[in-house]
Amino acid sequence: MNLVNIFVKSIFIDNMIFAYFLGMCSYLAVSKTVKTAIGLGAAVVFVLGVTVPVNYLLENYVLKQGALSWLGAGFAEVDLSFLAFIMFIAVVAAIVQLVEMIVEKFAPALYGALGIFLPLIAVNCSILGGALFMQERQYSNVAEATTFAVGSGVGWMLAIVAIAAIREKLRYSDIPAPLRGLGITFILTGLMGIAFMAFMGIKL
Amino acid sequence: MSTATAASAAPPAEGLFSKKNRKLITDPLNDNNPITVQVLGICSALAITVKVSNALVMSISVLAVVVLGNMVISALRNAIPGRIRIIAQLVIAAGLVTLVDIVLKAYVYDVSKQVGVYVGLIITNCILMGRYEAFAMGNKVWPSALDGLGNSLGYAWLLVVVASVREITGNGTWFGFRLIPESLYATSGGGYFNNNMMILPPMALIIVGIIIWIQRSRNTKLIEQA
Repeated sequence: MNLVNIFVKSIFIDNMIFAYFLGMCSYLAVSKTVKTAIGLGAAVVFVLGVTVPVNYLLENYVLKQGALSWLGAGFAEVDLSFLAFIMFIAVVAAIVQLVEMIVEKFAPALYGALGIFLPLIAVNCSILGGALFMQERQYSNVAEATTFAVGSGVGWMLAIVAIAAIREKLRYSDIPAPLRGLGITFILTGLMGIAFMAFMGIKL
Repeated sequence: MSTATAASAAPPAEGLFSKKNRKLITDPLNDNNPITVQVLGICSALAITVKVSNALVMSISVLAVVVLGNMVISALRNAIPGRIRIIAQLVIAAGLVTLVDIVLKAYVYDVSKQVGVYVGLIITNCILMGRYEAFAMGNKVWPSALDGLGNSLGYAWLLVVVASVREITGNGTWFGFRLIPESLYATSGGGYFNNNMMILPPMALIIVGIIIWIQRSRNTKLIEQA
């Protein structure tokens, strides 16, 4: 039940886009058509689902204060948490490269669909944000962290697909010239965010 | 900008502030603003604009990381192999952000608590990677530093404006100083209420949208062709 709780919460209530603005750059840049939005969204779900558990293990068995105690009593006091940023981003960049190579080798069709988006993802704030929120919220085991990661990814995908669908329709509307493109996308995202705030009242 | 003009008035010794170099600073303030035109760095920009003090701390952190990072990467640009440049840039950024984070924790602990994960997220702030990749990898150290300065100032003014609007309307204060007197509030007999909606995250997006609208209607060459 707790896992379902975390999953729903990370999709709707703590939505990456509407509540924390993470991954806004690619959200704004790649939301012109629904097809590419789905591609990028799927890639984000995938990469979040892989990197957050790895970073969770890293955090709990290497970086935290006393996390190295499994190496022996002499390591019980070591606190490497100041290395967290460098380690997290290195893991994200390395895994993105690795995932790119594996997908290219074993699933060429998927690579064709995700290809150009994968390298972009290393610098998508939502991936590192996922790792940092995982660290801040102190999930109690890998399953919880993974659920949180996949949920956040699905929430992100939901947001980008929704805005892409709206932007496709917007082509037929008569928007004031200075507001066209970026401006209206911001305002629409804000309105969607207000709509999503309705979920905040839900107690799980 | 004032420093640039002041220094350029001094005898032009080695052209440090030549017209081209000054343009590196002034361009990102309006015509090529990182947030409203290049659409970079929005990720961490919006969430911390509830209070002006947070926005200012964030801007200064970004300024430090972009300027120093631009200089380091520009100095190393011939030593970084092309294939792994993204990882090299990320590691340099992460190192600088770690330093900034430690400094913030030491000197402004309250703000650092409120800014929270967003300091860490400076690493993936697209302004950083954008400037490192687009400018520092191909330019000398001094222009890179100026480019970093200009872009982070362009980022800073937008952040401070958004934060000012949100703090004044949402909280009645600016930079912690009370602008709307207590006596006007409903609790002490007046009829004034804070607009609590302005503090909510979605309003940051709408304010930026309106700023883009105003900017583009004044600067018509920025209008996107449909």
